[in-house]
Amino acid sequence: MSVQTGSNNAPERYYNYAYLDEQTKRMIRRAILKALAIPGYQVPFGSREMPVPYGWGTGGIQLTAAIVGPDDVYKCIDQGADDTTNAVSIRQFFAKVADVETTEDTSEATIIQSRHRVPEKPLKAGQVMVLQVPQPEPLRFLEPRETETRAMHAYEEYGLQYVALYERVARVGRINAGAGHPVMVEERYLMSPSPIPAFDNPKLGFSEAIYLLGAGREKRIYAVPPYTRVRSLDFEDHPFAVQTWDENCALCGADDAYLDEVVLDDQGAKMYVCSDSHHCAERREAGHVGPMAGHQLAQAEKEPAQ
Amino acid sequence: MNALSSRIESTPLLKVDGLTKWYGHILGCRDVSFDMRAGEVLGIVGESGSGKTTLLNCVSGKLPPSAGSIQFETSRFGMSDIYAMSEPDRRRMQREDWGFVHQNPRDGLRMRVSGGANVAEPMMSLGGRHYGKMRQATIDWLERVEFDTGRIDDRPANFSGGMQQRIQVARNLIHGPKLVFMDEPTGGLDVSVQARLLDLLRELVRDLRLAVMIVTHDMAVARLMADRLMVMKSGQVVETGLTDQVLDDPQHPYTQILVSSVLQI
Ligand SMILES: Nc1ncnc2c1ncn2[C@@H]1O[C@H](COP(=O)(O)OP(=O)(O)OP(=O)(O)O)[C@@H](O)[C@H]1O
Ligand SMILES: [Mg+2]
Repeated sequence: MSVQTGSNNAPERYYNYAYLDEQTKRMIRRAILKALAIPGYQVPFGSREMPVPYGWGTGGIQLTAAIVGPDDVYKCIDQGADDTTNAVSIRQFFAKVADVETTEDTSEATIIQSRHRVPEKPLKAGQVMVLQVPQPEPLRFLEPRETETRAMHAYEEYGLQYVALYERVARVGRINAGAGHPVMVEERYLMSPSPIPAFDNPKLGFSEAIYLLGAGREKRIYAVPPYTRVRSLDFEDHPFAVQTWDENCALCGADDAYLDEVVLDDQGAKMYVCSDSHHCAERREAGHVGPMAGHQLAQAEKEPAQ
Repeated sequence: MNALSSRIESTPLLKVDGLTKWYGHILGCRDVSFDMRAGEVLGIVGESGSGKTTLLNCVSGKLPPSAGSIQFETSRFGMSDIYAMSEPDRRRMQREDWGFVHQNPRDGLRMRVSGGANVAEPMMSLGGRHYGKMRQATIDWLERVEFDTGRIDDRPANFSGGMQQRIQVARNLIHGPKLVFMDEPTGGLDVSVQARLLDLLRELVRDLRLAVMIVTHDMAVARLMADRLMVMKSGQVVETGLTDQVLDDPQHPYTQILVSSVLQI
């Protein structure tokens, strides 16, 4: 998060710097500060119309717009990849309206906006992870009444969340955490890290970086400040566990990364590759090789995303 | 009746005093006072619109009354005015000490999760975090309410009305409440299902020494379940007494009409 000084742009450029007007950005910043002060608490904010539809990351875009400055370096990913349409267009959007430098390199970025993943490379102090959230209320599926879920948060009545876990264990025999597995933040607020996979849940706890989560349609902002306790919910006899794969990444050989399944033909052939495309490329450059290292998928990713 | 009375304890569990509820200018109920003791089953009877549900909702903490007080012997704080408690304390007391069986299972069940999860929820609300133990307790309770445990993981929408009501009963008894409210618990069921469910309820209430406040307009249900009856008309209690007394020797003209018009047993 850098301030808007020292820019070489003409001052009048900043009337609508980063697309939103100054009052709106101030309002969002106030919500962010409150969210950081009460980790895991959903702060209501006056979500604005954005030039993309709801569900395309309007919450994340507004968060980025409120904190970005011309000295920032911006990375945007969809799933784990930097080169998908949505990620590319959001990145171009901020390059245009905020004159911000963009990157695919996780370690270079000061703001990383994402839809489904947290990068594999551990985040550092000074970095802000912005997550786009479709449904901020983890209890909504079981309790449709907003008045009731608010009371549950206020009074820490979180037994209901376990009903969802109970249901999952009853059906599949284990916690089987998928995406958006609920967490307790500082043992006070129940929070949905929607929609990241449970694989990324542990990255939220005691991170050096700031996590900001924004839901545009639902008009909520919440946050996990650095060095905050984040516990994924589970049962005593069914402890939380992240996804694991029998395979390693076919391109870079990584055995500790989140893998996507790629179907290769209609005969059922498939390969597993890192979902974090930049992480994978970086490893390959450093000489790591997987069982299908020369595959054309690796070539395609060498093309610059823009 | 005599067998039932012996399990009733002498200390009051619930004290209702001067309870009045106005919906704007429409009267819900007026100046209702009564006590309930542990293990006692109190039936509320009266015609449609007489204020039975209003009374039940006020007493069970769902509907703040316009006047009057409701005191309950809570596990945590002893005898307390339930509307003077802080909201989180009252909600916790409701989870710990009470149950509420609705007439319509849809009001009392979570339709989006399985029957088993519905029954297990109160344990989780009270801090249960061991799946295996809660699963076993759920199965035990399903057996107790004569529910086919093979269907534990089905959604309530796939159950018959009688099965839904059994799930609701199990869900409201599993945590060991002191007092259970019931609003026409067998109202929507056909006669044979109703008879078996009533028998079951009566056995459970006796075995668990539960206090129950049950609303019904069915005199047969009242006869079978209740130790004591309160007869309501136009929002007011017109007669109260032991069930057999009220049904066999009704004093108030309204009770006489009510009993003679429906009671064929
Ligand atoms: N939410 C409400 N708003 C206005 N009036 C109400 C409301 N609920 C109940 N009433 C009125 O209060 C009176 C008592 O209603 P209540 O529902 O308590 O009766 P009841 O004895 O439960 O009837 P039933 O046997 O039909 O369920 C009725 O005149 C009813 O119209
Ligand atoms: Mg009613």
